[in-house]
Amino acid sequence: MELPPRRNFEEVNDMAKLTIPEDELMRPGHMGCLGCGATQAMRFVLKAAGRKTILSIPACCWAVMPGVWPNTCLEVPELYTPFETTGASISGIKAALEVLGKDDVNVIGFAGDGGTADIGLQALSGVADRNDDVLYIMYDNEAYMNTGIQRSGSTPIGAWTTTTPVGTTQAWEKSPKKSVADIMIAHRIPYVATASAAYPEDLIRKVNKALSIKGTKFIQIFAPCPTGWKMDPGLTVKIGKEAISSRAFSLYEVEGGAIKINMKPKKTPLKEYLFKQGRFKHMPDYLINELESDLDSKWEELLFKEECSQKMLKKK
Amino acid sequence: MVKKLFTGNKATAYGAMLARAQVVAAYPITPQTTIVERIADLVAEGKMKAKYVMVESEHSAMAASIAASNTGARAFTATSSHGLALMHEVLMWAAGARTPVVLVNVNRAMGPPWSVYADHQDAMSERDSGVIQFWAENNQEIMDSVIMAYKVAENKDVLLPAMVNQDAFFLSHTSEPVDVPDQEIVDQYLPPFETTVKLDVDDPKGFGSFIMPPQYMEFRGHMARSMDKAREVIKKADKEWEELTGRSYGGMMDMYKCEDAEFILFGAGTMMSTAKDVVDTLRKEGRKVGIARLRVFRPFPVDEIRYLADRAHAIGVLDRTFTFGYGGPLFNETNSQMYNHGKSPKTKNYIVGVGGRDVRQKHFRAIFDDLEKVAKEGYGKEGEVHWWGLLDGTTPEEEL
Repeated sequence: MELPPRRNFEEVNDMAKLTIPEDELMRPGHMGCLGCGATQAMRFVLKAAGRKTILSIPACCWAVMPGVWPNTCLEVPELYTPFETTGASISGIKAALEVLGKDDVNVIGFAGDGGTADIGLQALSGVADRNDDVLYIMYDNEAYMNTGIQRSGSTPIGAWTTTTPVGTTQAWEKSPKKSVADIMIAHRIPYVATASAAYPEDLIRKVNKALSIKGTKFIQIFAPCPTGWKMDPGLTVKIGKEAISSRAFSLYEVEGGAIKINMKPKKTPLKEYLFKQGRFKHMPDYLINELESDLDSKWEELLFKEECSQKMLKKK
Repeated sequence: MVKKLFTGNKATAYGAMLARAQVVAAYPITPQTTIVERIADLVAEGKMKAKYVMVESEHSAMAASIAASNTGARAFTATSSHGLALMHEVLMWAAGARTPVVLVNVNRAMGPPWSVYADHQDAMSERDSGVIQFWAENNQEIMDSVIMAYKVAENKDVLLPAMVNQDAFFLSHTSEPVDVPDQEIVDQYLPPFETTVKLDVDDPKGFGSFIMPPQYMEFRGHMARSMDKAREVIKKADKEWEELTGRSYGGMMDMYKCEDAEFILFGAGTMMSTAKDVVDTLRKEGRKVGIARLRVFRPFPVDEIRYLADRAHAIGVLDRTFTFGYGGPLFNETNSQMYNHGKSPKTKNYIVGVGGRDVRQKHFRAIFDDLEKVAKEGYGKEGEVHWWGLLDGTTPEEEL
C-alpha cells in the first residue's frame, strides 16, 4: 500500500517544537469508527513506546480495528488473546523475554474497559500482585462497544446502553463507574495513572514514565466513542476535554502511594458535557444535579488526597 | 542413568526440568499440587533454569503459557479436573494458536459431589480441543512422556499443544522406581525450541487476528491434518526414545499379548496394569486374552483399533468416565473406527472405577468371563453399556 507522503519535520524543526514523537507506528487503514477515541489512544501509546514493543490485545474494539487477517495497521507485533487473559498474557510474554535474555522490549497489554474492569479483573489483579515488569493500558470508552454498546462496570450512572435501555422503563445505568484506577492503587504497584486521548502530551509523558519504571504499571485512558455515546464524531477531542473540566473524569498519577493531579481546569457545567452525547439526553435534572454533586465531592476527595500526598512526601 | 524413587508428580516435575522447560505458569489444585511445589523447589535451587509465573488461576496458567510459547520459549503447566475444565477456552486457544505448550493433567473426578480421586472425565471432555493426549500407566512413563510430548508437539508438521495424563493418587502420590535419564541423553533427543513464527519486534506480525469465513476453514483444516500427521511423529518419537533409553510405549497403543488374543480389553490408565496381570493368569489357564492400553487418545489410534478388530472375537472397552448421552468416550470412538473397517467384532462397554473406585483383579476376570458370554450368547440384561458394580440392591457378587 502507498503511504501518504510525510512532511519533512527536520526542515521545520527550527520553527516547530515537536512535543509528540514523529514516528508513526499506526498506519492509515484501521477499521475503527469515525472519530474513535481508542484509535487516538493507540496511536499516541505506540508513538511513546516505540518499535521495541510487543502488544497483547484481548477481545475488544482493538481486536478488530487493526484489520482483518492477513492485514494489520500496526507496526509492532501483536498477540490477540481471549477476553479475560490480558494480565496473564503479558506476564507470559515478559517471562519468555526474560529467559530468552531480551530485556529491552516493552510489553504492553491494551484492553478495553469491559476486558479490564469486568472479565479481565482477575488476571489484572494477578499480574499486579506479581508486579511483573509490564504496562497494562485500559482504554476506557465506558461500555462494551465492540459487541454493540452493552454496559460494563465502567459505564457511568445515567448512561443509556443497549442493556441499560431508556424509555418507559427508565432502566438506564444505575450504578456508578467502577474505579479500576483505585483498585490498582490498592495493589500498591509502582505507577498508576489516568490519561486522556484528548491530551496527547500528557498521555505520552505518562506512557514514557511508566515504561521507565520497573514493575507493573497501569494507565487508564479516557477514550470517547462517538458510535456508543451517540455524539458528533467531530467532537471527540472537545468532549474528551469537557470530561476533565466537568470532573466526569480526572487526570492524575500515583507513584509510591503519592497522588498528583495533572490538570485542574476551571469547572464547566456537567450538563454541557452530558448533553453533547445522546446517551445522556434522557437524564432528568434531579439526576444530573445528584451526579454533579457526587462528582464534585469525588473531586474534593482527590484534592484532599493530593494534599495528604504532598505532606507525606515532605516527611520523606 | 540413576534409578530413583519418585511419585508421579515428582516424575512430572523432573520431566519438565529435563525437557528444559523455560517458562512454567501453574496454579495449585489437588492432586497436582506437589508438581508445582517440586518445580518451585527446582527453580529456587537453580536446578531448573526456568521462570515460574505464579498465576492466580488455571485459566491464566494456560494463557501465560500460550503467550510465552508465542514469544519463543518452551512453556509448561500442570493441572487437574476442575482446573482443566477452567482451562477449556484457553486449551482451544493453545491449539488454534499452534503453540506447543505441554501440560500434565492429573486425572481426577469432576464435582459435584466433590472428589479428588481418579477419573477420566476431565481429560476426555477435552477430546475436541485440538490438544494431543498421552496417557500414562506408571511414573516412568509420565517422565518419559513429558519429554516425548515436547518432541512431538514442537515437530514442524505438528505444532500443537500436548497433554500427558496420569491417574490421581494411584500415580500422582505413589512412589515407584524411576530411571532418570542423563541430561545429555534428553538434550540429544530434544533440541532447544526454535520457531521463526513468534512475537519479534524486528519482524512484527499479528497472531490470532480476526478472520473472515473464506479463510477460517483453512486454519482448522490444517490443524486437522497436523493432528493426523502426529500419528507418525509419535511412533517415530517413541522409537527414537527406545533407541536412547531402551523404553518404548508402543507408539500409538500399548498392546499386551494381543497378537493371538480372542478376547481383548481396551482401556486407559493405571487399572490396565492390573488387567495385564489378570491376562498373565488367564493365559496360564489357556485362555487367549489380551490388553490394549490407551497410549494416545488424541489423535485416536485408528489403525491400532482396526488391528484389534481383525483378530478379536469380542472387545471389552473400559471407560473410567461416561459421556452422559450414550456410552463412554473410548467405547464410542472404538465402535466408530470399526464401522467402516469391514470387520467389527462384538463390543461391550464397561463403566468402571469412576471417581477412584478400585478396579481389582477379580473384576477383570469377571469382565473377561462376561465378554466371552456376550460373544456366545449376546448381551444380557445390562445391554451393551454396563455400569460395573453399581450399587442398586441387585449387584452381582463378582462386581462388588
